[in-house]
Amino acid sequence: MGNLNNSSEPKHSHHIIPAEIYKKVGIALTVLTLLTVGFHYLFHNVMHGSILAAPVAFLIASIKAALVLLFFMGLKYDSNENRFIFSLSFFFLLVLIFFCSLDIWTRLTIQSTL
Amino acid sequence: MSINSSDTNHSHSHDSHLAHHFKNAEHQFESAKQGIWLFMVTEILMFGGLFVGYSIFHAIYPKMFAEGASHLDWRLGFVNTLVLIFSSYTMAMSIHHLQKNEKSKAVLKLWLTVACGVIFMCIKAYEYSSKFHHGLFPGRYLDVAHVGAEAANLGMYYGFYFCMTGLHGIHVLIGMGLIVWLALRAQKGEFGENYFTPVEGVGIFWHIVDLIWIFLFPLLYLVG
Repeated sequence: MGNLNNSSEPKHSHHIIPAEIYKKVGIALTVLTLLTVGFHYLFHNVMHGSILAAPVAFLIASIKAALVLLFFMGLKYDSNENRFIFSLSFFFLLVLIFFCSLDIWTRLTIQSTL
Repeated sequence: MSINSSDTNHSHSHDSHLAHHFKNAEHQFESAKQGIWLFMVTEILMFGGLFVGYSIFHAIYPKMFAEGASHLDWRLGFVNTLVLIFSSYTMAMSIHHLQKNEKSKAVLKLWLTVACGVIFMCIKAYEYSSKFHHGLFPGRYLDVAHVGAEAANLGMYYGFYFCMTGLHGIHVLIGMGLIVWLALRAQKGEFGENYFTPVEGVGIFWHIVDLIWIFLFPLLYLVG
């Protein structure tokens, strides 16, 4: 094959992610799902409620989401541009959460008898 | 046309898909992918709004949300999570096979992904029908006295439940339709190492559906 315009074609975009990596990620996601359910059982059936239930469940979910994004969606091998574009969504989500929280907080202050 | 273009080192399948306003196939692929990522931003913001709404009302009515979640069978959500994870794996593998020009393996993986979507939707349909059977409807359609609910506003929980899982379900259905289209095209040999842009785009869409479910499962079924 001629490599005439290789300089204009970054190799990474057509990077073939090895099947082995997909398999490992799939197994990791399954194990983490089992872990989520395991912790759920521990917190609800054994400890009968714990403040850790939600943080632990969402921490595991975040790790799973990161694995899906990096490997299945290939962000690890993608361009910085695409990584930046996608991270913007989380930034705007934080803006939404911030203003909603501010709204609730100020309402509570107004209605407070203090 | 291809004689004067800059990508003379590519196969013919490339040229037939290359629109004139792109420098070369690589440029076209990158642009298409960037478009998909921009679309994914809108997806995160759409579902994000529901997640923020859920968090706010959960903070205001924690007991009502706990009661709502107690009616859900986490085992069904758990099975559905595993089904979606496996479907994400098969979707990713289909691209891997196409990049290696392994057509039949890629087609098989695409059909497996569709099959996972079917299983997911069947479980979802079973869940919905059992909720309806027990009178668990969204919003004001939920008759608190009939259901025997402790929280007078339990309908709000089911409003969130049906909106979030329903919107997610619509995404699964659209994704399944797109993957069927991909499988049929792949079967005809339209994709290979030189051209697999639609598979890559639909793949990213399918993975985001999985990604959203990864958060919906603990949110709705476990934490409540």
